[in-house]
Amino acid sequence: MTEEPRYGSWGGLQEGRSRRELRLAWRDDRLPEEALSDSSCLCHGNGRSYGDSCLNDGATLMSTRGMDRVIDFDPATGAFECEPGLLIKELLEITVPHGWFSPVVPGTQFVTIGGAVANDIHGKNHHLAGSFGSHVLSFELLRSDGSRLTCSESENPELFRGTIGGLGLTGLITRIRFRLKHVPGAHIEQEKHVFRNLSQFFEMTEELENRFEHTVAWIDCLSKGRSLGRGIMMCGNHASGSSLKAPRAGLLRSVPLTPPFTLVNAPMIRAFNEVYFQKNALSAGSSLIHHRPFFFPLDGVENWNRIYGRRGFHQYQCVIPHGAAEDAIGDMLKRIRRSRAGSFLAVLKRMGSQKPAGILSFSRPGVTLALDFSNHGAPTLELLEDLDRITRSSGGVVYCAKDARMSPESFQSYYPQWRELERLRDPAFNSSFWRRVTKDLS
Amino acid sequence: MKKILIIGATSAIAEATARLHAEDGDRLALIARNESHLEAVAQDLRQRGAESVSSFVMDANDFARHEEVLAAADESLGGIDFALIAHGTLPDQELCERSAQSMRDEFSTNCTSTLSLVTVLANMLEPRGAGSIGVITSVAGDRGRASNYVYGAAKGAVGLFLGGLRNRLHGSGVHVLTIKPGFVDTPMTADFSKGPLWATPSVIAKGIRSAQKRRRDVVHLPGFWLMIMLLIRLIPERIFKRLSI
Ligand SMILES: Cc1cc2nc3c(=O)[nH]c(=O)nc-3n(C[C@H](O)[C@H](O)[C@H](O)COP(=O)(O)OP(=O)(O)OC[C@H]3O[C@@H](n4cnc5c(N)ncnc54)[C@H](O)[C@@H]3O)c2cc1C
Ligand SMILES: NC(=O)c1ccc[n+]([C@@H]2O[C@H](COP(=O)([O-])OP(=O)(O)OC[C@H]3O[C@@H](n4cnc5c(N)ncnc54)[C@H](OP(=O)(O)O)[C@@H]3O)[C@@H](O)[C@H]2O)c1
Repeated sequence: MTEEPRYGSWGGLQEGRSRRELRLAWRDDRLPEEALSDSSCLCHGNGRSYGDSCLNDGATLMSTRGMDRVIDFDPATGAFECEPGLLIKELLEITVPHGWFSPVVPGTQFVTIGGAVANDIHGKNHHLAGSFGSHVLSFELLRSDGSRLTCSESENPELFRGTIGGLGLTGLITRIRFRLKHVPGAHIEQEKHVFRNLSQFFEMTEELENRFEHTVAWIDCLSKGRSLGRGIMMCGNHASGSSLKAPRAGLLRSVPLTPPFTLVNAPMIRAFNEVYFQKNALSAGSSLIHHRPFFFPLDGVENWNRIYGRRGFHQYQCVIPHGAAEDAIGDMLKRIRRSRAGSFLAVLKRMGSQKPAGILSFSRPGVTLALDFSNHGAPTLELLEDLDRITRSSGGVVYCAKDARMSPESFQSYYPQWRELERLRDPAFNSSFWRRVTKDLS
Repeated sequence: MKKILIIGATSAIAEATARLHAEDGDRLALIARNESHLEAVAQDLRQRGAESVSSFVMDANDFARHEEVLAAADESLGGIDFALIAHGTLPDQELCERSAQSMRDEFSTNCTSTLSLVTVLANMLEPRGAGSIGVITSVAGDRGRASNYVYGAAKGAVGLFLGGLRNRLHGSGVHVLTIKPGFVDTPMTADFSKGPLWATPSVIAKGIRSAQKRRRDVVHLPGFWLMIMLLIRLIPERIFKRLSI
């Protein structure tokens, strides 16, 4: 058995590995000599990116998890400053008792604040709050020439916009100051609504967005015909009710090892989707729940990614402009059904109209769809290439944080502004992803 | 609220332990040699709920300042419920074999400085008849091995010293705790490849806190190291000297 790389990524797909893995512990230390003398280096937060954007094959990775100190927290104003390795989970443990929440949270609480900035992450409140980057007040960037630059909208604004969503390429973020969001308590007033097909989703979503701060839909990607795109819309508003305890973990708390093959196959997905849909359709309505199962339902089972086996899995996430979304997403679902690949987790969300916070930010006006696929090699890559064709022709983009395979052509057409980031990139920093997608096309 | 003194407070294990105490709202005094690192740790602990955090810059090998700095820390806390000594280095064994000076320097950091600090602390606490002194030694101190016997000897000597001190203070009300971690994933061991026997600093920290509360004498952390070390100690020297483990 080959040794698992220590600093991996969530999809478990990588074949190469970094030559050197270092740990950073102190924000005022210099960048390690070993990192600067290697062909390139890159920060690694908590490896919750799916593909190769947090990897640096053949060169140096620097874990930031040891830089997890809080620098300043003002419970009167909700301004918070910390080192980049602090997890969202740890942030919430510190701030929620004081009535403050992270301005944006992804679908897992195991991401670092540095990772949240570098991918300019979005959450269920994107329609109101925009992405994480739009709540960042300032940060310090340590460059390989030893300079430490404070970046904000007024100071070094180019590097500010380049680093937000900048995939870790502009240098090491050593400290980040951002605004928290005031909440009445640790709970969520949740409402679930069933939609019988894709067009019902598009009919109901706007009204629900007006009533709820958080919305997201799960869809049954194996449904067909008139039920194509049926699903459950989950909505929530922050609520008080701290008397309720955080839920206990379920029976399966962790997937202890990686099986040699994927446990996720078509009949199982079909059965799961059917049961999940019916169960939620029955329990539709409102309830008061703790924020953890609402925002981070998957975190209950540690290492759930291992169910995909040694070959790992791909996530595909795109955002399609509003006008083209319904048709494009319908086409994608049909294509996925034909492939019989299927996905447990098909997630649909309408994004808000905020201007992207960073140069290479993913989130933008439109509808985003995210899907997981077991890696079966060529057929999987073909399917994803077909999905890319639909995304490209409808003017959408694919999320770099989730990607392990898009072609340089696709990337450069999704993000024509990539050369601007290339110009701001620290010459000592690079990633497997960046080398792969910026290949010269001429 | 408890009053906690930590020497070597910038160590990963010490910092994890300090966080548990901060979350309990305890009052902390920290001693370490790197001022900016120390300040980063202190700032963090304040935000995590510590009642107050004072900090003192001192190199453990600066023997002349031990009494003065410990007295200042004691005063800032208003007494000591638990003093934890955590500083240490992992010597370059080969260098210590070639250079007696390097060997002596390492022994000073990992043994003599600790013995000096413990002596001062014991004399502060004994008349008060209360308080715990915890010292991080290591499973490496249980047996001399070619790969790290300078470190092992230093840690082993501290363990022996603590046994005597515990014997002396028995009945005085002062508790002496010997903490023997196994492999812990910290900056000290950054260059080692890690396997299933490795623990995180926060696991060790929880073990330290609970051992202190339960007034244990000697703890192996995690607990399974007790079994491993029992077996290793059973191997006769005549066989052990041929092994490379
Ligand atoms: C179950 C699950 C659900 C998810 N849901 C969402 C979601 O809803 N919305 C969303 O937007 N994303 C989501 N993601 C993706 C995840 O939020 C991002 O990939 C995030 O960036 C991961 O953070 P990380 O700390 O693990 O960083 P890593 O994945 O380790 O690194 C991400 C990037 O951050 C850079 N980086 C990290 N620290 C620093 C630093 N100090 N300085 C400079 N660069 C740095 C790295 O170089 C890398 O480019 C999800 C992921 C999972 C596994
Ligand atoms: N990690 C393990 O596997 C392991 C196993 C068994 C026992 N231990 C013991 O656990 C303790 C904590 O170590 P750790 O693993 O947490 O490693 P660590 O993070 O490297 O901590 C060691 C600390 O000791 C400090 N230090 C070294 N020399 C000093 C001196 N002369 N004066 C003051 N401070 C000094 C260092 O300060 P600077 O940062 O300023 O250098 C550092 O903060 C040590 O006693 C170690 O021997 C560790």
